Amino acid sequence: MSILVGRNTRLLVQGFTGREATFHSQQSIAYGTTIVGGVVPGKGGRKHLELPVFDTVDRAVRETGANASVIFVPPAFAADAILEAADAGLPLVVCITEGIPAADMVKAWNFLSARRTRLIGPNCPGIISPGQAKIGIMPGHIHKEGHVGVVSRSGTLTYEAVGQLSRLGIGQSTCIGIGGDPIIGTTFIDAVRLFNEDAETRAIVMIGEIGGDAEEQAAAYIDKHVRKPVVGFIAGQTAPPGRRMGHAGAIISGGSGKASDKIAAMKAAGVHVCESPAEIGEKVQTCL
Amino acid sequence: MKIHEYQAKALLAHHGVPVPRGEVAFTVEEADAAARRIGGSVVVKAQIHAGGRGKGGGVKVAKDAAEAAAHAEKILGMRLVTHQTGPEGRIVQRLLIEETLPVARELYLGITLDRSRGRNVFMASPAGGMDIEEVAARDPGLILKETLIPGAPLAAFQARKLAFGIGVPAASVNAAVAAMTALVKAYGALDASLAEINPFVVTTDGRIVALDAKINLDDNALFRHKDLLELRDLNEEDPLEVDASRHGLNYIKLDGNVGCMVNGAGLAMATMDIIKHAGGLPANFLDVGGGASADQVKNAFRILLSDASVKAVLINIFGGILRCDTLATGVVAAARDLGITVPVVVRMEGTNVEQGREILTDSGLNFALAEGMRDAAEKVVRLARS
Repeated sequence: MSILVGRNTRLLVQGFTGREATFHSQQSIAYGTTIVGGVVPGKGGRKHLELPVFDTVDRAVRETGANASVIFVPPAFAADAILEAADAGLPLVVCITEGIPAADMVKAWNFLSARRTRLIGPNCPGIISPGQAKIGIMPGHIHKEGHVGVVSRSGTLTYEAVGQLSRLGIGQSTCIGIGGDPIIGTTFIDAVRLFNEDAETRAIVMIGEIGGDAEEQAAAYIDKHVRKPVVGFIAGQTAPPGRRMGHAGAIISGGSGKASDKIAAMKAAGVHVCESPAEIGEKVQTCL
Repeated sequence: MKIHEYQAKALLAHHGVPVPRGEVAFTVEEADAAARRIGGSVVVKAQIHAGGRGKGGGVKVAKDAAEAAAHAEKILGMRLVTHQTGPEGRIVQRLLIEETLPVARELYLGITLDRSRGRNVFMASPAGGMDIEEVAARDPGLILKETLIPGAPLAAFQARKLAFGIGVPAASVNAAVAAMTALVKAYGALDASLAEINPFVVTTDGRIVALDAKINLDDNALFRHKDLLELRDLNEEDPLEVDASRHGLNYIKLDGNVGCMVNGAGLAMATMDIIKHAGGLPANFLDVGGGASADQVKNAFRILLSDASVKAVLINIFGGILRCDTLATGVVAAARDLGITVPVVVRMEGTNVEQGREILTDSGLNFALAEGMRDAAEKVVRLARS
């Protein structure tokens, strides 16, 4: 019923005792996620939310059997937290932090490319498999168990799409926010491939935005490999070129990254592209 | 963050990239004095954060200091319009006075992030002095690329490949390799997101010089470069955008008449799109952040409404965890404090939606409530027209 996270997820929270981390850990626990502990250098041995705190990820993994971590560490230290999680051998790392320097992410990206760790984010809302586990900051209650996979570069726009689906009674297998930065771990292609291979996912929603060419690359992949219906939307059709639209990665530069090119590539690959963000739910309904 | 050419050149020179002798000037007198110190023929270059300055009349060659002063007189204070400034152009407030050089060849060098490879890429082209984007579109074969190894300097062989590849004469290759290596060093040391030398010239006597330079800095890395923050020139930014950034708001002014206030960048872009889809035009992009606190809502309103073309406002908040009653209280308080008269359409999702709606309805203010994005966009476009 899901990809990457589910009932077997045993989650560590890096930067566990911070305000945001505390609030969202409580929300995740309330949703049914198994959090096994947290990591805060210098606070090892304490308890937080009745869970053990460790000084290092390595130690935490050995003592708790964690198989995933979520990072709520400030931008200056977040890339190092990603390296630490990957070094400890965690198969899944979700980085929520916004504002990590690109140079730090270049290092992290290359460190990860030689390892099996999958990174989601940074600058993302996280990942949720409705009814099973929620890793990140998205509101759990808008989701519904089901068979549509959602992948998006955005946070609240993903909630909007999920809200539309749930209101129409259409549930989701897993929803992944891949993040709004120029360098991210899991890309559209990765997520689309996983949804395509997941027997329980029957349709895919892909929400892109201006900047880069990840949507075009995913469209080429979809054209070649995906036979499940894919519904798409690209945000920023009215965005001016050369301006960074909130997300570090949302910028049309040097004539590339335009919404029109992405939409054209997706349409050519057979993706059902929504002209308006209000149509996402209805479009999925007609495809199922 | 963008910086001026003269600032970029000073930074590059510090890391060993050869640049022309030059000085910045804020007044005609300073321009005159700089030209005398440099001596002989000089070039007077308008300093604004946009390309295409030459075509717009912002770059002039002078045979001596007197002529340089005359050019400075004309260029300082002029409204320079280029293909990158938009029709409103920029007022020139700074000049770079520089020695002229006997140019034999104009080449191109640039470094930027290759998003899909997670690495920086060094680009070089024999087609210097032109708009590199046009070159890329017309003849991509003219742009050579070398991927940089993270954390390592540019390898000498990579620099040689590029230098020979773009036709640097053999006698100047060592100097070009040194300049390229220095450029990579500067890019890393500054946490730049773009470094461009266009044109990168070979002079008739075989010297290698960065005749123009452009550096963009990674905003996310500025926390570790306090010295570079001083290079920010607020005159080059929209005053409303500067004001917004001080309050943690992400605001970009656009040309339409429907103001929008949204939480989250993706939803904010999608809201602009749906306004257009409903037949209107967005007046701005505005992301109030995930929390949309009362203080942020108030500042957002103030900034939105200082744009006189705004005829109606759409507030689109997908809270989820955010409580709508708290949001509504903030919206009402801000609207009262600021004496808002334009119609405001509110679309919100989250906990306590019903209480939120009651607060807005009972306020007696000019609010229209919307169900979903489509309804919200249609309502606000209609109100903006009437």
